[in-house]
Amino acid sequence: MTKIDPVIIVIEDDPPIRRFMLTSLRTQGFNVFEAETGKQGIVEASIRKADVVILDLGLPDIDGVEVIKAIRNWSELPIIVLSARNSEQQKIAALDAGADDYLTKPFGFGELLARIRVALRHSYRSLEQTQTGIFTVANLRVDLVNRLVSIDNQEVHLTPIQYRLLTVLIKHAGKVLTHRQILKEVWGPSYQENAHYLRIYMSQLRQKLEADPTQPQILLTESGVGYRLKLT
Amino acid sequence: MNDKRPDPDALLARVEREQIKAQRGHLKIFFGAAAGVGKSYAMLLAARERRTENIDVVVGIIETHGRKETQSLLEGLEVLPRQPIGYKGTILYEFDIDAALKRRPTIILVDELAHTNAPGSRHPKRWQDVHELLAAGIDVYTALNVQHLESLNDIIGQITGIRVWETVPDTVFEDADEVELVDLPPDELLLRLKEGKVYLPHQAQQAIQHFFRKGNLIALRELALRQTASRVDAQMLDYRENHAIHEVWQVNERLLICIGPNPLAERLVRAGKRIAVGLRAQWGVLYVETPKLQRLPAEQRDRVLRALRLAEQLGAEAVTLSAPDMSEAIIEFCRKHNINKIVLGKPGRRGLKRWLLGSVVDELISQAHNINIYLLGSPQLLTDERNEPQSSRRRILPNILVRARPKPPGYWLRYLWAGLITLASTLLAFLLVGRIELANLVMIFLLAVVFIATRYGRGPSIFASVFGVILFDVLFVKPYYSLSVADGQYLITLITMLIVGIVISNLMINVRSQAKVASHRERRAAALYAMSKELTRSQTEIDIVNIAVRHVHSEFSSRNVILFPDASGRISYPKNPGIIESLHGADLSVAQWVFDHNEMAGQGTNTLPGAQAIYYPIHNEDKVVGVLALLPINLRRVFLPEQQKLLETFLRQIGQGIGRIRLSEQAKTTQMQIEAERLRNSLLSAISHDLRTPLSTIIGSASALAEDNGQLQAQDKLELSRAIVDEAERMSNLVNNILDMARLDAGVVELNRQWHPLDEIIGTVLTRLHKHLAGRQVKVKLPPELTMIFVDSVMIEQVLINLLENALRYSPAGSDIDISAEILVNALQIAIADHGPGIAKGLEDRLFEKFYQIRHEAAQSGVGLGLAICRAIIEIHGGRIFAQNRPGGGAMFSFILPMDQAPPSITLEQENSAQLQNHD
Repeated sequence: MTKIDPVIIVIEDDPPIRRFMLTSLRTQGFNVFEAETGKQGIVEASIRKADVVILDLGLPDIDGVEVIKAIRNWSELPIIVLSARNSEQQKIAALDAGADDYLTKPFGFGELLARIRVALRHSYRSLEQTQTGIFTVANLRVDLVNRLVSIDNQEVHLTPIQYRLLTVLIKHAGKVLTHRQILKEVWGPSYQENAHYLRIYMSQLRQKLEADPTQPQILLTESGVGYRLKLT
Repeated sequence: MNDKRPDPDALLARVEREQIKAQRGHLKIFFGAAAGVGKSYAMLLAARERRTENIDVVVGIIETHGRKETQSLLEGLEVLPRQPIGYKGTILYEFDIDAALKRRPTIILVDELAHTNAPGSRHPKRWQDVHELLAAGIDVYTALNVQHLESLNDIIGQITGIRVWETVPDTVFEDADEVELVDLPPDELLLRLKEGKVYLPHQAQQAIQHFFRKGNLIALRELALRQTASRVDAQMLDYRENHAIHEVWQVNERLLICIGPNPLAERLVRAGKRIAVGLRAQWGVLYVETPKLQRLPAEQRDRVLRALRLAEQLGAEAVTLSAPDMSEAIIEFCRKHNINKIVLGKPGRRGLKRWLLGSVVDELISQAHNINIYLLGSPQLLTDERNEPQSSRRRILPNILVRARPKPPGYWLRYLWAGLITLASTLLAFLLVGRIELANLVMIFLLAVVFIATRYGRGPSIFASVFGVILFDVLFVKPYYSLSVADGQYLITLITMLIVGIVISNLMINVRSQAKVASHRERRAAALYAMSKELTRSQTEIDIVNIAVRHVHSEFSSRNVILFPDASGRISYPKNPGIIESLHGADLSVAQWVFDHNEMAGQGTNTLPGAQAIYYPIHNEDKVVGVLALLPINLRRVFLPEQQKLLETFLRQIGQGIGRIRLSEQAKTTQMQIEAERLRNSLLSAISHDLRTPLSTIIGSASALAEDNGQLQAQDKLELSRAIVDEAERMSNLVNNILDMARLDAGVVELNRQWHPLDEIIGTVLTRLHKHLAGRQVKVKLPPELTMIFVDSVMIEQVLINLLENALRYSPAGSDIDISAEILVNALQIAIADHGPGIAKGLEDRLFEKFYQIRHEAAQSGVGLGLAICRAIIEIHGGRIFAQNRPGGGAMFSFILPMDQAPPSITLEQENSAQLQNHD
C-alpha cells in the first residue's frame, strides 16, 4: 500500500518548541509544516490539506479559539491544542469551539505522538463504525444497530439515558468531550449547566461497565474538562 | 568641676527652640506708645526696602486712616483684597487669611495686631491670624500699641482712664523675633495730631481732649520704652545664656499665682505675670476648689474659669485642684513643683474675723518657710471692677455658661419644717419641765437644731437656733413670757445654743458637700475607669471609637464623633455608620484645622467659635492621631473646670487606646514581614538546591550528547537522554509546586466548586498516577452510597496526588496503600494510609509547613511544598488536614471537608435509572 505521509501543521510561536516538534515528527514519517502565527496557520491548514493541526493556544496575533473556529468553518480535521497548566477554562473553550484533544505543556514526545495517532485513527474510525454498526474497545462491545451492550460477552442492561450517554461517547471515541458538549447531546441544550447530572450518570455507567470503577479503563475523566472514551 | 559649661539639657532645649523657630515665619512688631507715632509708616518703609531687595512683600491689610504720607508709600506694593463679611446688616471688610496663605509671600504686612475680627471670621482676633501665618512659615510685619498688651492693659486703664478691650497676649509680643520701637516725643505727636496727620480733623479735637493728653502720652511712652528695654534685657540674658556666661545663671525661679473666685482674680493674674516676667520666672496659676467654693453660684465659678483662661492666654499653666484645705493644697503643690514664690490677693477677712477664723495667707506664711509670698490687693478697685462692662475676654466664653439655677421647689418648706420641729421640741420640753434641770432642757433644743442642721441645711438650722432660743427664753427662763432674762447665766446658755447650732449646721453642710464632691469625684473616676477598662479590652479601632463615643456621650451629654485623617492627611468622615450617640455632620474644615494645628477649636474657644461643635485634638505620644468633635447639649457639663479635666483625661485615654491598637497592628505587620522574610530565605535555599541538582544532570547529559563525535554507544545515548527526561520532569514538578504555592499564597485562586462523585475523583487520581504506582496495590474503601462532594475537583485531585506520592515515597516498595472515606456529621473525612515507618513524634504539624522535609537534601527531595499545598487547598475549602500514625504502624494523612450543603437532587434519575429498562 502506497502510504501517503500524513500532513501535520504545527502552529506555535516559540521557535525551540517548533524545532523540537518538527525534527521529531519528521523522523516519525510525518509531513510537517510550521506556522508562527494564527493567521499564517489558518492559511497553511487550508492549502496543505492537513490531516492534523497542532495549535498552541497562546499565539501572539489572534486567540487560538479563533483559529479553531476559522478552521471548523470548512473542515472537521482533528485539532490538538497545546495549553499551559491550570488553564482548564482555556481548554474547555478550545474544545467547545471544536478542538479534538489537548496537551498540557510541558509534554513528552511520546505523549504527543500518542495523541496524534489517536486523532488520525479517530478520523478514519468514525467512517468504519457507521459502516459496521459494531463498536468494540477492550472488553466492551456495543451493537449500535440492535442496541446491545456487552462486557466480556455478558449482556449489560442500561437505562435509556445511560445508553444515550454511551453512544455519544462512542460517536466521539478517543476525543475529549467537555461536560457541556455531552450534556447538550444527551439531555438537550437546556441542561448545559447541570454537570452533576452527567457525573452521576457517568458514575452509574462505570459501575456497570468498568471492572473497578475507581480505576476506570474505558470511561476516562479529563480532570476539570470533561470525559473521553478510551481507544485502545 | 567645670561649672561654666552650659547644661546639656538647656542646650538641647535651645536647639529645639531654634529648630521650631527656623520653621516658623519671623514676626516683626513695630511697637509704639500711641496711635499716630508712625508705626504703619515705618512698617511700609521697611516693606519698600525689602521690595528693593527683591523680596516678595505683600500688604495683607493696612489702615491708612486717610493719611497721605502713608498712602503714598503703598504705591507699587501688592495689596491683598479684603474679605467682605456680613455682620448685622453691614458688610465689614476683614483681612483674608485664606487668600494670604494661598498667596504665600515671603513677608506679609498685617497692621493693628490687636484688632478684633468681625464675628464669623476664622479667629476672633487678628493676632491669631498672624499666629497661623507664622506657623505656615510666612514672615509677618505688624504694628502694636503698648496699651494693647494684655498685662499692661489694666495699668494703662488706670493711668488714662480709658480702658481698651482689644488686647494681645504678652506671649505674642515676647515671642516676636524683632521689636522695633517707633518713638515720637509727646510734643511732636500732639503737633502732628493738631495738623490732622493722625486723625481726620473732626476726630482730632475729641481725641486730644480724651486720650491724647500730654500726661497720658508721657506715661504711655515710658511704658513702651520700658517694655522694649525689658525685652532687650531679656535678649541680653538669652545671649549670655547661649554663650555660657555663667555668672548670671540664675536659680530657676518658679512663681505660682493663687486665685480665688473674686473679681480680683484677673487682676491678680495680670499682675503676677508682670512679676514673673520681671523675675524671669516660670509661672503658673492655681485655683484650689474647696467644698465651700464648689457651692458658690455659677456666676462666681465662671469668673474663675475666665481668670484661668486668661492665664493660659498669657502663657501660664493653669491648674485647678480639688481639696478640702486650701493652704495645705497650695503648699503641697509648691513642694511638688519646686515653687519658690507665691502671689496672693490680700486676705479678704479682716480684724477679729481674720484672727478668729484665720486666713489662707496667714496659714501660708506660717507654714511655707522657704517660699516668698507676694500679697497684692487694691480694695477700692473691687467695686469698680464689679461694675466693669462685659470685657473682651468674656467674649471668649460667649454666654455659654448657664446662669445659677433658681431656688428649687420646697426651699421655703424647709423653714416650715424647722419651725415645726422646734415647736415639737418645745412641747417635749414643756412636758419635762420641772422634772429635769433647765440646763438639760436646753439639750432637747440643741438636739432639734442638730437634727435640722443635718436635714435641712444652714438657713433652717440658724432659724431653728434663733427660734429655739426665743422660745426657750420666753417659756422656760424667768421672767416667763418675756424676752428679758433675769439671771445672767442664761444669757450664756442662749448664746452657746446659738453658736452650737450654727457651728453644727456649718459642719454638717461641709460634710454633706464633701460627700457630694466625693460622690461626684467617684462618679468621674468610675466613668473614667469604665471607659479605660473597655478600651483596654477593645481589639479594633472601630471598637475604640464606639466605646469612646458612648462614654463621652454619657459623661458630657453630647453627640460626638471621632474623625481620622486618610492616607493623605485629610480628615474624612468615618466609613462605618457609627452608633446612636454618634454625631453626624461634623464640620470637616474645622476638624482639619484642629488636626493640623493641634489646638482645640469650635464653640466656646478662640478659633472658629461660630462652629456648632467643639473640636479637640486626640494625641498619642505628642502626635495628633485624630479629632473628637463634640456637640454639647449642656455646655456647662463640658466647660466646668473639673469636666474639662475629665475630658482631657478621656482624650488621653482614647489617644492611648488608638495608639495601642495601631502599635499592635504594626507589630503584626512586622511579624508577618519577618515570617515572609524567613519563608523567602528557605524558598531560596530550597529552590537553589532542588533546581540546581536536576539542572546539572540535564546540562551534563545533554552536553555529552551534543558533543558526541560518534563514540557514544546506542545504550549510553539512551541512558543519557532518559536521565535528561527524568530530571526535567522532576524540575517541572518542582516548578509546578512552587507556582501552585505562590498562587495559593497570593489568594488569587478562585475555587471552581461543583458537585462531584467522590469515586470519580479518586478514579481520576489513580488513573493519573498509574505509572507511578508501579504495581503497588491501592485499596479504596468508600461508603456504599454514592457520595457527592462540593469541591474544586482539580484541586482536591492535587491534594490526593500529593498525599499518594508522599505515601509512595515514604513506604517500602510493594506495600499497600489504603484510601478510605468516612461520612461524619456535616463533613467527610478522607484518609490515606501507608505501611511505612510512620511519622516521628512532634512532627505531625511541622510536616505541613512550607519547605519542610524529613530528610534534607535527599535524592528524592521535592522542596517540601507538597503537604503545604495540600493544607492550603483544604483550608480554602474550609476544611482541615492532619497527620497521625495509624495503630498498626505507618503514617495516615487525613483531611476533613465540610459538607454543609445537601447535594442537588436529581429528579430525572428517579424516573429513568431506577427502573432498569432493557433497550426501550
